[in-house]
Amino acid sequence: MKNKHVNAIVVGAGAGGGIVAKELAVAGLSVVLFERGGWATYNDHDDDELISQRTTVLGNAFGPDDKRHRRVVVYGDGSPRIVLPSEGGYSNNAACVGSGTVSYGAMAWRFMEQDFKLKTIYGQVEGSTLEDWPISYSDLEPCYEKAEWEIGVSGEHNANPFFAPRKKPYPMPPFSLNREGQLLYDASKRLGLHPFPIPMLRNSIRYNGRPACYRMRSCVGFACPVNAKCGTHNTVIPTAIKSGNCELRTHCQVAEIVLDEKGRATGVKYFDENNKGQVQTADIVVISAAAVETARLLLNSKSKLFPKGAGNNNDWVGRNLQGHAYTGALGLMKDEVYDDVGPGACMAVSDFNHGNPGIIGGGALCNEFTAMPYLFSKMRPPGAKQWGIEHKEYQRSMFKRVIRLHGPFQEIPNFEARVTIDPEVKDDWGIPTVRLSGSRHEYDRIGCQFMSDRAEEILKEAGAYFTWQSVGGRGLSGGQHQAGTARMGNDPKTSVTNKFGQVHEIDNLFVADGSLHVTNGGFNPALTIMALGYRVGDYIAKNWNGGKFK
Amino acid sequence: MFIPACSGYDSVWRFFTELEAKTVIAFAEQIIPADKDPGATDVNVINFIDKQLVGPYTRFQEMYRKGIPAIENSAQKLFQKAFYDIEFAVQTEFMIKMEKGELPEELWKETGQTNFFRLMLDHTMQGFYGSPRHGGNVNYVSYKMMKLDYPHVMGQNRYESKCAQQPLPTSPGEEQKRENAPV
Repeated sequence: MKNKHVNAIVVGAGAGGGIVAKELAVAGLSVVLFERGGWATYNDHDDDELISQRTTVLGNAFGPDDKRHRRVVVYGDGSPRIVLPSEGGYSNNAACVGSGTVSYGAMAWRFMEQDFKLKTIYGQVEGSTLEDWPISYSDLEPCYEKAEWEIGVSGEHNANPFFAPRKKPYPMPPFSLNREGQLLYDASKRLGLHPFPIPMLRNSIRYNGRPACYRMRSCVGFACPVNAKCGTHNTVIPTAIKSGNCELRTHCQVAEIVLDEKGRATGVKYFDENNKGQVQTADIVVISAAAVETARLLLNSKSKLFPKGAGNNNDWVGRNLQGHAYTGALGLMKDEVYDDVGPGACMAVSDFNHGNPGIIGGGALCNEFTAMPYLFSKMRPPGAKQWGIEHKEYQRSMFKRVIRLHGPFQEIPNFEARVTIDPEVKDDWGIPTVRLSGSRHEYDRIGCQFMSDRAEEILKEAGAYFTWQSVGGRGLSGGQHQAGTARMGNDPKTSVTNKFGQVHEIDNLFVADGSLHVTNGGFNPALTIMALGYRVGDYIAKNWNGGKFK
Repeated sequence: MFIPACSGYDSVWRFFTELEAKTVIAFAEQIIPADKDPGATDVNVINFIDKQLVGPYTRFQEMYRKGIPAIENSAQKLFQKAFYDIEFAVQTEFMIKMEKGELPEELWKETGQTNFFRLMLDHTMQGFYGSPRHGGNVNYVSYKMMKLDYPHVMGQNRYESKCAQQPLPTSPGEEQKRENAPV
């Protein structure tokens, strides 16, 4: 049976797509929201470390599965290799309703004012496509506010002097610090820094009809057993469905955006839950599949007017793949610092996000999420024996004495870090799959070293008797914080969409996810992706005049 | 009891032969030996690895099938004994060599010794620390070893630690005073 024509298709029920679907549905548009996975709950894998979002050795708790999905990764030596979703390098994002917002650590960062104009501040960087965003912080401020209040954020709005101005406080009070967080907070203060409690997309009090967080150690990487973590799956997506205007279609793999002869989008081709090929037509199409899959979908959607893929006539789709180079330091303490108050991360400093002498950008430093026992077995000082009695003794005596501080360094975008379509390899549905290639800008390593040095200083001040660094910034970018592959901009020659996420040459095709990011901030990107979801959704709803979109 | 239907099988394992399992058990016990807390053998790491090799780790079957004989051939060459029959301390020396890639290289053409070492190290850790549902970490003993409550009951368990049950004395002699104090 033919699918009924709708006003809008949204591909991907994650941080961006869930919000767009809700904005359009409550504005009265009929919407089909496609999701390649299904609903995920705590009961599916509970706190099983080996099948979690952080440790995927036995599979991805929230999808995608190893059986039907694969990608090609080109490593530093130039050799391509087929990589499964559960393997490192795949750059996996969860495939379920809510996507990463079900299992994330839920840090709720607004980017800073500077994060939107890196080129103005730092100038041209050789070998980089560093650019200002076409929008400023103040353009996005109302959208951040909406995300904070509709999805739900706990935090202290005036605790960090480096944050940009805001109109409203957070809807919920901040979380208290755990012992590690308090030690690092005090140490940072003594060093003249400005520590503050991390804003979190978790309920610190009862909010939106869901209970307060009870601080599990197994939080990041897992679904919440009491639904205290706030994502699109337990907020906007249910709202969209309740409006009566949004149909959520799970277990559907979208293969291609259908473009007509005039170059407009008419709908999508997809495989339904029974792997049957289907077509859904719509007046507008919004792609929110995250940076890698969004680029793949655009590149796989060719037509006479777009022989290189939708919106790709200037070869910018899939370029500038960014993530976050995580960097920091670890230390050993004489006394126990682990008090089993989850999820671990609770304090941060953003003194080093900008204004670092000789450094482009920077990033926040946060104490880390609780490491589960298997992950901890890999955290050792350089040169330490990894096995035998020494291993066991370390697990026993140091698990509660390790102190960690690290953060996401704002990567310098480069044109060759990219998503392309592999000429041969296909997924189980026969859809050509992606090839990830290129590497981070060599500058990232320098910035990461700077950040790790700062982290180590704070750990020493907190009383660590031995410290070592974990310096990031090499290799292929991407990962869960993937961004940048459909950059927004004012010039169609050097960007993929305009400042509202509308693809330059296709007026009824939109992108609403991290792909739009010109630069990825020195912070976890979820709240910014949500804010962009509100921005794109609001723009479509306001300019919608029934049937046609212009 | 003799069960005729089962007598045709020569291994109790899903993937390993009985002999292969002996090598893996000895190897895993070197990675996490028993001391005051259980070791890899006690928590059934072998069962974890065997189970995964016919599940998500099917892709590693070949590594094990070729790597285990390479361990045994190396042991035969160096000690004229099976790896699992060598005494523990000598096994440890063997493992250190294997980790550094110092075993006879000609016996390791198929898997590479450091590759196989790292793979088995990683799988042993997973079996020891992963959820018991996957076949290892019986009764979450590794969590208990790390003084982590399971199930998670924050702040409730005391792990036989005397100092956690009593306030610490703040000065010498105070402990004595406290014991004598009226209750």
